[in-house]
Amino acid sequence: MANNRENGGLPSRRDVLAGVVGTAAVGAGAVAGAQQADTPKPRPRAPEDPTKMQGLVPRPLGERSAFETPRRLVRVLEPSSSSRTPLQYLQGIVTPADLHFERHHGGIPNIDPERYELLIHGMVERPQTFTLADLKRFPAESKLRFLECSGNGGTAFQNQGRYPRMSPQEMDGLTSTSEWTGVPLKLLFREVGARPEATWFLAEGMDAAVMTRSVPMEKAWDDAIVAYAQNGEPLRPEQGYPVRLFLPGWEGNASVKWLRRLDLSDRPFMTREETSKYTDPLPGGKARMFSFGMDAKSLITFPTFPERLGGPGWWEVRGIAWTGRGRITRVEISTDGGRNWEDAELQEPVLPKCHVRFRKLWNWDGRGATLMSRATDETGYVQPTRDALLAARGSYTRYHYNQIRSWRVESDGQVFFAG
Amino acid sequence: MLVLLSACAPESETGSSAAAEDDAVLPVPPEAARALPRPELHPGMPGLLNAAELEALAAAREDGLADIGHLPEFGFGETASPERIAAWDIDIGPDGEGLPPGSGSVERGETLYRLQCVQCHGARGEGSQFEALAGRVPGDRFPFAEDRRYRITVGSYWPYATTLFDYIRRAMPQAAPGSLPPDDVYALTAFILQLNGLLGSGDSLDAESLPRIRMPARDRFVRDDRRGGPEVR
Ligand code: HEC
Repeated sequence: MANNRENGGLPSRRDVLAGVVGTAAVGAGAVAGAQQADTPKPRPRAPEDPTKMQGLVPRPLGERSAFETPRRLVRVLEPSSSSRTPLQYLQGIVTPADLHFERHHGGIPNIDPERYELLIHGMVERPQTFTLADLKRFPAESKLRFLECSGNGGTAFQNQGRYPRMSPQEMDGLTSTSEWTGVPLKLLFREVGARPEATWFLAEGMDAAVMTRSVPMEKAWDDAIVAYAQNGEPLRPEQGYPVRLFLPGWEGNASVKWLRRLDLSDRPFMTREETSKYTDPLPGGKARMFSFGMDAKSLITFPTFPERLGGPGWWEVRGIAWTGRGRITRVEISTDGGRNWEDAELQEPVLPKCHVRFRKLWNWDGRGATLMSRATDETGYVQPTRDALLAARGSYTRYHYNQIRSWRVESDGQVFFAG
Repeated sequence: MLVLLSACAPESETGSSAAAEDDAVLPVPPEAARALPRPELHPGMPGLLNAAELEALAAAREDGLADIGHLPEFGFGETASPERIAAWDIDIGPDGEGLPPGSGSVERGETLYRLQCVQCHGARGEGSQFEALAGRVPGDRFPFAEDRRYRITVGSYWPYATTLFDYIRRAMPQAAPGSLPPDDVYALTAFILQLNGLLGSGDSLDAESLPRIRMPARDRFVRDDRRGGPEVR
């Protein structure tokens, strides 16, 4: 994730509401042309009184209201390989598939589902291939689960309060939640006769990076899914169409997309993505390897930059919390920079390894305030402050940035990221 | 094929230097490459399970199988022939398992690099807007959590040389991934290791010698000790 960016002017209020935020905030030229915040878009038209005319007829494919134009945020400063979910635009916990973040290392491959095959071999009794139709014929399983890139939040961590004009999308837009449907991996491993000596398996993608990660077998016997659907429909191409591995609660990179091969072994493979990348340098000359689990994290998504509160009075502070280690049990909110904390309400359903929506009514007195959220999970882990994370990991550790985030509400209602 | 190993590079504990020189005049028959004995994995390698972890895995396996115990075996898959597997099985282990026959010299690697890699990774692997490939930290320290001045490179950070072969073969050059034959990949791997001071300019690499290169950062990696609970790690 590049840190070398500048902050430009404020996007217009309309762009902000549309979820186009962050476009102006990453500086001129940083964002794909179609998203330039300064290009004035003609406002869609609507009749004065819609009750006085017949509405549209049914259409084979639905689309959003012309007034709603949420966009993922794509950077073009570097060869772009990611886009971010407009978290501040969303309500509830499900991310619409077309707004689910993406991250890839060799672009999005174009795969014919009829020619698709998954090969499972290595330490198995019966190496086999499975077509997409084969996979769909197995008993299916669906789970609502979050997926987060372990680099998410890095800019906020390393630059603390230096980029006040950062939206939730820009800061933490590499997390999303979907309902994932597929075959439990253990079912496939039983089919091929996975040998008890197998301790790891390699998952390999069919993209230009032929992306590979080693995964502990324990995850397969637990809750790994070979997924072919997302929010009720086939996976989106950028999410691994036609088939991806899905490892609930683990860093996104390990959930290999465009999955073509699983190779079982008695040691990890030490691929580039688990050595050169996705390892976490620690103080004392060490680096953590295979740091799969995502620790508890929460993020306020309203009010946040670039929002401007219309005036004092009641506002609902809203956000999402999640943990890779089970369920979120508590989210607390502070409106005074962390001196006092009060419990937020957790919106049902509170599912394991899934975004959970929290809410807290706040009677704003119109003076400057600093909003923070802090999540606790069922293991008793409490989302740490940035200082606590710094002490444990060092200033330039590379992944897993789950420190508490703060938002400064100025007396004029303007909200900024405050470290 | 001639396999020359520079003094600094190979893992001294394995005593491979002398062995490799003895074998140097004997070409490795193609089918033998896969049959090479796996060099020992170093005991501290993250991901090798201890007795307690093996037991935990066995229990997890039982639980997992019990979860699906009520389901029949379906038999929907098709048997994969060895040829079918070989067509896709390109992964290389840290022990060298999977390395194909062939070899390549630093010298040839330099020529290939100038043609196919230099525009993105720089004349000496210093990188540009793309990844840096070469560079060591003085004293081979590993200061990356606290000091931003040093770059993460093959020589300063990568624990296994086999990863380089595996990655180049599958993913590089970026515009033509998967296009390089094994000899070219050996040569490019050798050249990048030489740029990092891990091979001499007259050296070559093959399936025997590559896994024996001891990378400076090999012992820097530790397993994940985060488990949830109140402690921040
Ligand atoms: C068009 C530019 C381009 C060319 C040409 C190119 N690379 Fe790369 N290389 C990249 C990019 C971009 C990445 C990072 C890919 C990613 O996002 O995962 C990379 C990554 C790498 C890495 C991994 C670096 C790390 O630190 O993880 C190695 C090794 C590498 N390239 C070797 C080569 C070799 C050898 C060649 C020539 C055969 C080559 N590259 C040609 C662009 C290029």
